[in-house]
Amino acid sequence: MAQERQAAIVGIHEYPLRVAPGVSAMNIKVDSIRAALDDAGLKWSDIDAIYDAQDGEAGGGLQLAAYLGLRPTVLDTTQVGGSSYEFQAAHAMRDIAAGKCNVAVLSYGSTSASNRVAIGTGGRGGPATWATNLEAPYGSTLISNYAMVKQRHKFEYGSTDEQFAGISVATRHHAMRNPEAVKAMTDLQFVGVNEITPQDVLDSRIVADPLHLLECCMISDGGGALIIASAEVARNCKKPPVWLIGAGEATKYRENGGDITTSAGAQSGPIAFGEAGVSPDEIDIAMIYDSFTITVAVCLEDLGFCPKGEVGAYVEGGRLAFDSGEGPALNTDGGGLSSNHPGMRGIFLLLEGARQLRGESTSQVPDAKLAVAHGNGGLLGGTHTGGTVILAKD
Amino acid sequence: MANRPQPRFPEPHTEPFWEGAQKGELRYQRCNDCDDVVFYPRHHCPACGCGDLSWHVSAGEGTVYTFSVVRQNRMPGFIDLGAYSVAYIDLDEGFRMMSSVVGVDDPTTDISIGQRVRVEFEEQDEGDYPIPVFRPI
Repeated sequence: MAQERQAAIVGIHEYPLRVAPGVSAMNIKVDSIRAALDDAGLKWSDIDAIYDAQDGEAGGGLQLAAYLGLRPTVLDTTQVGGSSYEFQAAHAMRDIAAGKCNVAVLSYGSTSASNRVAIGTGGRGGPATWATNLEAPYGSTLISNYAMVKQRHKFEYGSTDEQFAGISVATRHHAMRNPEAVKAMTDLQFVGVNEITPQDVLDSRIVADPLHLLECCMISDGGGALIIASAEVARNCKKPPVWLIGAGEATKYRENGGDITTSAGAQSGPIAFGEAGVSPDEIDIAMIYDSFTITVAVCLEDLGFCPKGEVGAYVEGGRLAFDSGEGPALNTDGGGLSSNHPGMRGIFLLLEGARQLRGESTSQVPDAKLAVAHGNGGLLGGTHTGGTVILAKD
Repeated sequence: MANRPQPRFPEPHTEPFWEGAQKGELRYQRCNDCDDVVFYPRHHCPACGCGDLSWHVSAGEGTVYTFSVVRQNRMPGFIDLGAYSVAYIDLDEGFRMMSSVVGVDDPTTDISIGQRVRVEFEEQDEGDYPIPVFRPI
């Protein structure tokens, strides 16, 4: 392999609670940063680079540096929705390789559940733009946008609701093994905190045709933090480094005559795999943004796990379960569908990917060596981003 | 139904579109240099970057590219509505727009991809902009 190993994930923390009333998003970020530093064996003043998605009450960026009391030499405020953290990890790789910093922190905090934010079914406010002026009159919700992609996928390739349901079944299987996910589903008052069957998914109510409730992610509180360090620093940290060996970024949007079933991942995936010098069939762990089943389905195809249109047959038979013996194992923490989705899930993809490559997952794949974290931000059936990061065991 | 959410102004890109809607015209843009069809409305052609665009009136017929039927919406104006459709319509002139397919008995069963549809302008409250929606032909 021609890949380079210049930057590694050395510290991780996922905020344990999904319902955290009375806690601020900034508290979640700070508590997570401190815990991730402890995990790495680094101290507060070691941080010399901040990557921030402008979340939290202060608005992020320069406010976060002030709040933390740090004077970073790199400040990156990339905000591309749920994929922000894959983009930021890519930038941290680049900045560390360029010698601009040695210890980078990425953090996330959100109280979407406690604030009763209707992410999927509410309107989108803000100032008038060309987009809002042409879409607001039609009552398009975020879920209906993703649903339109599923509708077209079913039409074009003959994929079925039963096949899509397999994605929900696999992530729930993993969630039931993760005590934090079980507590999340309990605290958020899921109707059944148990393993599910494809029929359970089909029997759940339709939120926006053809997406059923159990194909949609939860809305939770939560957050976490990630420390990415240079090779030199990584060698002296407490835990084995998890190397960042490839990254790709892309944007996709609705175009006249365009194909809605192909996502930004079709551009970011090959760039990341190319840089890493590995192929999808070598990947043990697929951490793919599961806002909805259709997001995973389209991204599995676009990243090259199977040809376009064939994801239905690919996931049939349960290969995505961590104990299937086939792989890749999908979202082994339980995913956004069944563990954690405060609004921007991208950071959790990197956290669980790192846990797997350290051997610390609650649904551990024996001797997992390679993981992909693929974040999708924005609207899959509209303007969105794709960020792909390839992770390797030391 | 209750009045649909209205476009808000000033918003220079979409003002000509909505002036057209008041006259029963479905307007779109073309690039005068490379002839690319431009939608949503812009101040430049995204294909070639030039700033020379002209407005045209669509014949108003197209096909359903994809759609969803919304069963749950917490937005004012839609909360109390029954299931309604959101769709991307491919107009015959080559542009794709978001709209709704109306005039069917049951949107959960009577709308399909590939269905031929024609624009109509749904009247709103006095003084408000009529909203272009599509009905099966």
